[in-house]
Amino acid sequence: MKNIIVLGSGCTKCVKTAELIAEVVKEHGVAATVSKETNPEVIMGYGVMSTPAVVIDEQVVHSGSMPQKAQIEAWLAK
Amino acid sequence: MFAIFTALADWLVYGVLSLAPQSRLGEALHFFVEDTSKIFVLLLLMIYVIALLRASLNVEKVRDYLAGKNRLTGYLLGSAFGAVTPFCSCSSIPAFLGFTSAGIPIGITMAFLITSPLINEVAVLLLVGLLGWQFTLIYVVVGMLVGVVSGAFLDAIHAERWLQSFAAKALQRGQQQQVSCCGTPQTLPQLSWQARHDFAAAETKEIVGRVWKWVFIGVGLGAALHGFVPEGWVADHLGQGQWWSVPLAVLIGVPLYSNVTGIVPVMESLLQNGLPVGTTLAFCMATVAASFPEFVLLKQVMQWRLLASVFGILLLAFTLIGWLFNLIGPML
Repeated sequence: MKNIIVLGSGCTKCVKTAELIAEVVKEHGVAATVSKETNPEVIMGYGVMSTPAVVIDEQVVHSGSMPQKAQIEAWLAK
Repeated sequence: MFAIFTALADWLVYGVLSLAPQSRLGEALHFFVEDTSKIFVLLLLMIYVIALLRASLNVEKVRDYLAGKNRLTGYLLGSAFGAVTPFCSCSSIPAFLGFTSAGIPIGITMAFLITSPLINEVAVLLLVGLLGWQFTLIYVVVGMLVGVVSGAFLDAIHAERWLQSFAAKALQRGQQQQVSCCGTPQTLPQLSWQARHDFAAAETKEIVGRVWKWVFIGVGLGAALHGFVPEGWVADHLGQGQWWSVPLAVLIGVPLYSNVTGIVPVMESLLQNGLPVGTTLAFCMATVAASFPEFVLLKQVMQWRLLASVFGILLLAFTLIGWLFNLIGPML
């Protein structure tokens, strides 16, 4: 079970990122939860400076842009 | 170099649509066609080229570079990085906190954040294309100056007192760590040309996708001003740079929020209509830099007092700039 968190202050790109990830998760039938985190204090805790950022099981795997679908698939395959 | 766009607009508006050059509609449409075609060609070409060059620059590197710099250099560099770093205003909160928790003084961080919306490569490009390099130079110098001076002032009044408490604590922690700070300096990976091309192509798509509507809105407004505000009206009523016209321009500009890409064509049109350069600068900078949505976001890391100070400083700065350039503008 993967725990996926999308960090972002509520901009459209962050919302879209979360939607895209949820879509890929569903498509591949991966066991994972997808949630969004908008609290700046928590985002700071991950040391992320540009959003949207993606955290999987407490590891920051991506920041600063909307990830490509292929990237998401690669993270989920791990 | 830009004559081809004038020729295109001549051909389309006066030729194909056979509108008279003196008619209002003809004049407005000509402005619209010429500017949109010019802007889009410039945008596509130049964003790609610039993105190729700056492919290895990001906010994290800027932070590492700024950490531990002395104050004066810090303000200048913060402001300069604000101008060249690709940066979306939706990232301003995490970037602010990233800088702060690295122990960078709030004035330097604000120099970065204030300059960032005012100057970027797209704005510079449009300014050169539409208004010439002299005006561009003035705009860039003034924009950076606003960042530097505001930053220095915020530090002088110890603005960090008015951060939200978690941000203030992060700043303190960062400053204590700074002595032993930063561990291994990041080694920059050498980017291959393929990687640079991929980045630049993605960046071009991203930026053009984000700003194209601003171009149409901006040029549309500019064209409307151009064709439909009676010739001489602006010059007659505001052309002397009447002192009250500058604060008024700032106050009108603040609630109007625009991306800098959209404001440049409006600037062009205002200047051509005879609005003095200082009033124009004040109006446009107020529109671009002081936006309510962004200020509301910053509330998450700043107390109202700090927010109000930053806002006040910006309004004051734009008003002073307006007065100054109205004074020296005729001599330029």
